Amino acid sequence: MIENKQNEDFGRAALPRRQADRQVSPTGSVDASLRVPLLALLGGAAFWLVVSSALAMIASIKFHAPDFLADYAWLTYGRVQPAADDALLYGFCIPAGLGVALWLFAQLGQTPLRGTIVPVVAAKLWHLGVLVGLVGILSGNSTGFAWLEFPRAGSIILFFAYLLLALWAMMNFAARRERALYPSHWFLVAALFWFPWIYSTANLFLVAWPVRGVVQDVIGWWFSANLLFVWLALVGIGTAFYFLPKFSGRPLQGYYLALYTFWMLILFGTWCGIPPGAPVPAWLPTVSSYAAVLTVVPVLSIGVIMWQTLCGGQMCAVRGGPFCFIRFGLASFLLSSLMVIAMVYPRISRVTEFTWFGPAQTQLQLYGFFAMTMFGAIYHLLPRVVGFEWPFPKFARLQFWVSMPGVVLFIVPLMMGGVVQGMKLNDPNIAFLDATRATLVFFRFSTTGLLLILLGNLLFALNIFAMTFVWEKSLLKKAFAIVTAPLEKSSASASLRRDQEVKA
Amino acid sequence: MKNGFLIFLAVFVALGGSWCGFVLAPELQLGGAKQTTILNSSEVYPVGRPGEANQGLSVYRANGCVACHTEQVRQSGVACDVVLTSAGKNETAVINVVVAFIKNTPEFAPVNLPKIILHGVSKEVADSAADKITAAGGKTEIHMAATGPDITRGWGMRQSVAEDYLYDQPVQLGSLRAGPDLSNVGTRADANWQLLHLYAPQSVVKGSSMPPFRYLFEVRKIGREPSPDALKLAPEFAPAAGYEVVPGPEARELAAYLSSLRANAPLFSAPISP
Repeated sequence: MIENKQNEDFGRAALPRRQADRQVSPTGSVDASLRVPLLALLGGAAFWLVVSSALAMIASIKFHAPDFLADYAWLTYGRVQPAADDALLYGFCIPAGLGVALWLFAQLGQTPLRGTIVPVVAAKLWHLGVLVGLVGILSGNSTGFAWLEFPRAGSIILFFAYLLLALWAMMNFAARRERALYPSHWFLVAALFWFPWIYSTANLFLVAWPVRGVVQDVIGWWFSANLLFVWLALVGIGTAFYFLPKFSGRPLQGYYLALYTFWMLILFGTWCGIPPGAPVPAWLPTVSSYAAVLTVVPVLSIGVIMWQTLCGGQMCAVRGGPFCFIRFGLASFLLSSLMVIAMVYPRISRVTEFTWFGPAQTQLQLYGFFAMTMFGAIYHLLPRVVGFEWPFPKFARLQFWVSMPGVVLFIVPLMMGGVVQGMKLNDPNIAFLDATRATLVFFRFSTTGLLLILLGNLLFALNIFAMTFVWEKSLLKKAFAIVTAPLEKSSASASLRRDQEVKA
Repeated sequence: MKNGFLIFLAVFVALGGSWCGFVLAPELQLGGAKQTTILNSSEVYPVGRPGEANQGLSVYRANGCVACHTEQVRQSGVACDVVLTSAGKNETAVINVVVAFIKNTPEFAPVNLPKIILHGVSKEVADSAADKITAAGGKTEIHMAATGPDITRGWGMRQSVAEDYLYDQPVQLGSLRAGPDLSNVGTRADANWQLLHLYAPQSVVKGSSMPPFRYLFEVRKIGREPSPDALKLAPEFAPAAGYEVVPGPEARELAAYLSSLRANAPLFSAPISP
C-alpha cells in the first residue's frame, strides 16, 4: 500500500496528466529562468563535442598513416589522443550533465533558478578552463595522469566553476516548492557532491603535492573509476529515471528498487578501477575486483527498472528522437558495465589487459551511454527552455541515425580488435608487430564509425548554434523595437505636452 | 530518502570508505617506501635516474608516450631448476634420491657438478626435491626464472613491482600496448638506436606504426665539418645532400631516459636468479 502511494507521489512529477497543473504553476518562469545559463553551458559543450571528435579523428588517422601531421609537435598522437578524450569528458559530458541537472532540479522542484548571472559566469569559466586545459595538453604541459591531463591552471578554473554551478543547483534544490524527492534527485545530488571530492583529492595528491611511486597510480585509478563509472552513471541514470516514466506514461517501477540501486551503485562502484595484476600490493586489485563483480547488482537492477517502466506503458507522445537516444544510452550503459565486470575476471583480463578492449569500454561509457543520454535530454529540454522549436527539428532523428551506427561501428570493432590483439600478444611466438598489425583491419571500421560520430556531433552543434543565433537575433530585435518605439504615449511626452499647455 | 542531508550522508559513507581504502591506506602503506636491496647483494635499488634521463621523463610525459606504451611487465609464474652442487659423503643415497626424480635417465653419476637435475618445475616441487636431497646429505641450489608471455618476448626478466617506480614523477605505467612495453628497453637498445628510431621509426623497425618525432630534431645545413652528433640514417630516410639531422636537447633527454629504463634487478618481492 505504502509503496503504491509513494509510487504515485514521485511518478506524478513526470506524468503527462501533470501537464495541466503546470500551466497554472509558473512553469513558464521556471523554464525561462534557465534560458541563459543553459545556452551558455550547452552551447560551449556542443563546441567541445565537435572539437573532441575532430581531434579523435586526427588521432585515429595516425594509425593508418603514422606520418600524418607528424611534423607538428602539438598534433602528435600522444597529445591529440588525451586532448580528444578530455574534450569529450570535461568539454561535453560534465557541463552537459550539469546543465541537465540544473533543469531537472528546477523542473522537479517547480522552482525558478535565481541569480542566473552566477551560473552563466560559471559556465563561461568552465569552458575557459577546458580551453586552458586543452591548450596545455597540446603544448606539452599535460600532467601525464590519465583523465587528469589538464595542467594546474585549467584544473583550478574547472574546480571553482564546478563549485559555483553545484552551489547554485543545490540552492535551487534547497528552495524547491515541490518538497517530495524523486529518485532522480538522489542520483543528481550525490553526483554534485561526488566530483569536487574526487577532483580535489586527485589534483592535490597527484599534481600539487605529489605522493611517491605507485601510490600515484592507485589514486589515479580511484579517481578515473569514480569519475567515469560512478559520476557518469549517477548523472546519466538520474536523468534517464526522469525520462523513462515520461516515455512510457507510467511511474518509475519500484521506488525501493531504485533506492537499492542507488545505494549499491555508490557503495560498490566507488571501489572499482584497480586493474588485476597491477604492480601494487595484491590486496588493492583484489578488493577492487570483488567490488567490480558486485556492481553487477546495481547494473542488473537498473536494467530491471528500465524494462518494467518501459514495458506495459502506452508509449505516449514523446517517442521520437529523445526516446531513441535515452534507450540506446541505457543499453550502452548495461553493456559497458558488463565489460568492466568482465575485465576483472582473471582469465579474461589476461587477454584484454593492455589492449584496445579497455579504450572501447571507456568510449562506450562516455559516448554510447552518457553523451547519447544527454543528447536525448537536451533535445527534449532546450526548446522548452528557450521558448521555441529547434531551428532544424528533423536533425534530432537524423543525428540518432548517424550517431547510433557510428557508436556501434566505432566500439564493436575496437572490442573485437582488442580481443584479437590480446590473444596474439599472449602468444610469444607471434611477433609484436604482427599482433599490432592484426588490429589495423578493425581500425578501418572504427575510423569510419568515428567519422559518423563527427557528423552526428556536427548536426547537434549546428542545431544548438542556430538556436542561440535565432534567440540572440530575437533579443536584438526586441531591443531595437524598444529603442525605436514612438514616444507619444509615454509619460515623458505627456508632461511635455502639459508644459506646453501651461505655457499657452 | 526524504531530504538532501540524507543523500549527503550516503555520499559521505560510500565515498569516504573508498577514500580511506584507496587513497589513505596505500599512502600509509607505500608513501614512506624506501630503497630496498637487491637480492643476495648489498646494492640498493632503485637508484635515482641521472639528470638528463630525469629530464627525459618529462619529455616522455609531455609527448604522451604513455598513450601507446606500458612500463609494466606481467609474469604468470616461476619455473625452477634444481641444481645439485655437491653429492656430499653418502653418494649412493643422493644418487637414489636423484634417480627417483629423473625417471627416463636411470644412470646418474654425480660428476661435472653443478648439474641441473630438475628443469622448469614449480616452486613446491623444487623445494621438496631440494629437501629430500639435503636430507640424504647432498647440497642443492634452486634457480628461479619468471615465466609468461612478456618474459618470453624479452620485455623483462621478472614482473614489475612497486619498488621499480619509487623515484618516477609522474609514474607512467600506461594501459595500452599499441607499442611494446618499455620497462627494460634500456637493456635492449642504446641511446643511438633510440635517436634513429625517434627520428624515423621505419628506418630501424620495418613496418612500425610509431609516428616519427621529427620535431625533436633539427635538420640543418652541414657547416664546415659535419656534426659528430648527426644521425647516420639510411639513404631513403636521410635529408637532402648537404644537410644533416642533429638531435635537439629534448631528443637527447628522451633517449637518455629510454636507455635508463632497466627494471630487472632481483628483489625480495620479485625473486629471480640472476
